[in-house]
Amino acid sequence: MESALLIHRLHFAFTATFHYLFPQLTMGLALLIVILKTIALRRKDPVYDQAARFWAKIFGINFVLGVVTGIPMEFQFGTNWSVFSRFAGGVIGQTLAMEGMFAFFLESSFLGLFLFGEKRLSPRAHWFSAVAVFVGSWLSGYFIIATDAFMQYPVGYYKAADGSLQLASFWDFVLNRWAFWQYAHNMSGAAITGCFVMTAVGAFYLLSHKCVEHGRVFVKIGVIVGCIFSILQLFPTGDQQGKLITEHQPVTLAAMEGLFHGQTAAPLVLLGQPNDAQGKIDNPLEVPGVLSVLSYQRWGAQVRGLDAFPKEDWPGNIPLLYYSYHIMVGLGTFFIAVMVVSLLLLWRGKIFNARWMLWILMLSAPFPYIANTAGWLTAELGRQPWLVYGLMRTEDGYSKSVSAGNGMFTLLGFMGMYMVLGILGLFLIRREIEIGPVGIVSASGFDPAPEAK
Amino acid sequence: MTLGALWFCIVAVMVTVYVVLDGFDLGTGVIYLFAAKTSEERRRVLRAIGPVWDGNEVWLIAAGGTLYFAFPQLYASSFSGFYLPLMMVLWLLMLRAIGIEFRAHVEAPLWQGFFDVIFAGSSILLCLFFGAALGNVVRGVPLDATGYFFEPLWTNFKLGPQTGILDWYTVLIGVLALVTLAAHGSHYIGLKTDEDLGRRARGVALLCWPLQFFLTCFSLVATYFVRPDIMANYSSHKIGLLVPIVVVSSLAVILWATPKEKEKTAFIASSLYIIGMLVGAAFALYPVVLPARDPQYSLTVENTAAAAHGLTVGLVWWTLSALLALAYFVFIYRMFRGKVQAGEGHY
Repeated sequence: MESALLIHRLHFAFTATFHYLFPQLTMGLALLIVILKTIALRRKDPVYDQAARFWAKIFGINFVLGVVTGIPMEFQFGTNWSVFSRFAGGVIGQTLAMEGMFAFFLESSFLGLFLFGEKRLSPRAHWFSAVAVFVGSWLSGYFIIATDAFMQYPVGYYKAADGSLQLASFWDFVLNRWAFWQYAHNMSGAAITGCFVMTAVGAFYLLSHKCVEHGRVFVKIGVIVGCIFSILQLFPTGDQQGKLITEHQPVTLAAMEGLFHGQTAAPLVLLGQPNDAQGKIDNPLEVPGVLSVLSYQRWGAQVRGLDAFPKEDWPGNIPLLYYSYHIMVGLGTFFIAVMVVSLLLLWRGKIFNARWMLWILMLSAPFPYIANTAGWLTAELGRQPWLVYGLMRTEDGYSKSVSAGNGMFTLLGFMGMYMVLGILGLFLIRREIEIGPVGIVSASGFDPAPEAK
Repeated sequence: MTLGALWFCIVAVMVTVYVVLDGFDLGTGVIYLFAAKTSEERRRVLRAIGPVWDGNEVWLIAAGGTLYFAFPQLYASSFSGFYLPLMMVLWLLMLRAIGIEFRAHVEAPLWQGFFDVIFAGSSILLCLFFGAALGNVVRGVPLDATGYFFEPLWTNFKLGPQTGILDWYTVLIGVLALVTLAAHGSHYIGLKTDEDLGRRARGVALLCWPLQFFLTCFSLVATYFVRPDIMANYSSHKIGLLVPIVVVSSLAVILWATPKEKEKTAFIASSLYIIGMLVGAAFALYPVVLPARDPQYSLTVENTAAAAHGLTVGLVWWTLSALLALAYFVFIYRMFRGKVQAGEGHY
């Protein structure tokens, strides 16, 4: 039984983590493409049009991978977590169905137009199709976050006679306070991924002296938008998210911060290793009192530690939760630093020649992926041991009828399949970067693709 | 009409729309290697389904989501019970998507030939799986008092108490689905392309017709043999007689229209045939949504539906979103109407 639970959790965690590598870029790029298209439309500048077309191609590859890895997410609620689905489906089924009905139809319909219809449409209509794809993808994000927010902070439901959860108030459920801030934080994170990827490709072009004109556009747009979202990521979205956790999941806060014992003027641990067995942080580097200020806006405030809660309500894997959270915050700080310095250099007109900065920007592309993954790990590990906070435990929610062996078989199947998808995706995106926005192919590349001629 | 019955109809309509729409691009995949010979022809076939296949597939996701929300318990039992085939369907959907979308990215015969086979092979297997799934739902599954079940891929191919996903009956329905969708895809390609390609697609459609006719008759007899009680709704509600009339007349229209090159008529008739068959199955099952081999454990509309308030609220947003989706589809299909031209767009 124990091993079945572990495998079903791994199954969802692996497929969800891999899946989210793609939507974060899709959602970020959707916004950036709208910006590029808007500038192209206003200035009638062909460079911006070529830039939009180039990113649309990468968007297309990425979108396909996001779609095919996303379908299993919708299925797994039923296949691997059937007891949970039966319990909560009367409520969260609403948002999952709405995602398909409102977001996916919009997105898929207009994506075809956006990618293949440029010749058939007027510039304004083509711009509109880009906006529709953007709205569709960001709407889809909201419905998923609202679903997760219900699991984090259940509202708008009642418990029916058979023990299942049913919808009591549609608006309370859909406009969950938790969903609002989690959505803002998450979408800002997606925009950061989009900006860092765009900037990295631009920096690559500038450093290798090809497609310089487009490279400058990528760096400029990526840095300006990236700077805005890097700051929004911390304040207000991250800050508000933290306040919600303080208020509604105090035990999660204690575990994230590695606060084993409650105290007044609680310190903020910057570095250090949580020691589960002894209930303390080894080798801590702390700033006194800051955790109290961040949580309650007072130096002397009492912050409850893990010891204030029964052990069976502690998140199961405290070190992993602690490290995920600290990696996320650390990288978030790094993003602000990189983007603010880049913006200053851009403002002074020096960034396109500052090779050291371009190197940093080029090599930073993987970090937003790590930060977004760590952020989701923080949210979902922090919710443990609950599947629906305070209402259903994770160990009660998985499909009892699906054996550990069958779960392992399909988990391995997904791992193999996703490895192939990942390699294909990287290969094709690298190829588009090689071909470039105006179809220049280096000697080492394959034959130019017909659409690039 | 109760709320549960209404949502039963909505989900049935969504599944039917899915099969009609995604059915033609699945069927296109089935005949792809035989009907489209040259690289240029294959590109034209992919261009015919390229702008729409993803939207068509969304009907599957949307129908799944709607099923989840309206009948949580049915969703939970059936998805966990059909665990293995569903996971395989997911893998096939992935392969099929990259087969369609990644083929054109590299202009090399080996690369494209590889993705051609991936696209065709996954389409063929998906048609078989979807047919077998329908067969399972009609035949009944080994549900017990817990409301759950688990089916292995196969047991002994007979209809015992512990059935497998595949037995002689579900394989039969799978083959019927394969032939039906192959014909459906041929009609679509006949409608969307011309010259040799269009002619060959019509040829495949004509080849499918006798098979489709024979399998339809045979599967109806077999269904009566597997589930003798399946006719109950038909004998108590005479309106059900419309179903065989639609099925038989649409088959007749296909046979008449295809050789006359009335592609649009043939495609509409093929769609009506699919609608007739699926509505007929839903009509026969109601109010059962997933029959158990032991009838006392059958899942019905009443014992699986979500509570009334959620279903009522759902009607409001579902209607709104379905109207929007309809508008997108009309717009997109109008945008890409007519025969596929050479050398235009991606693929």
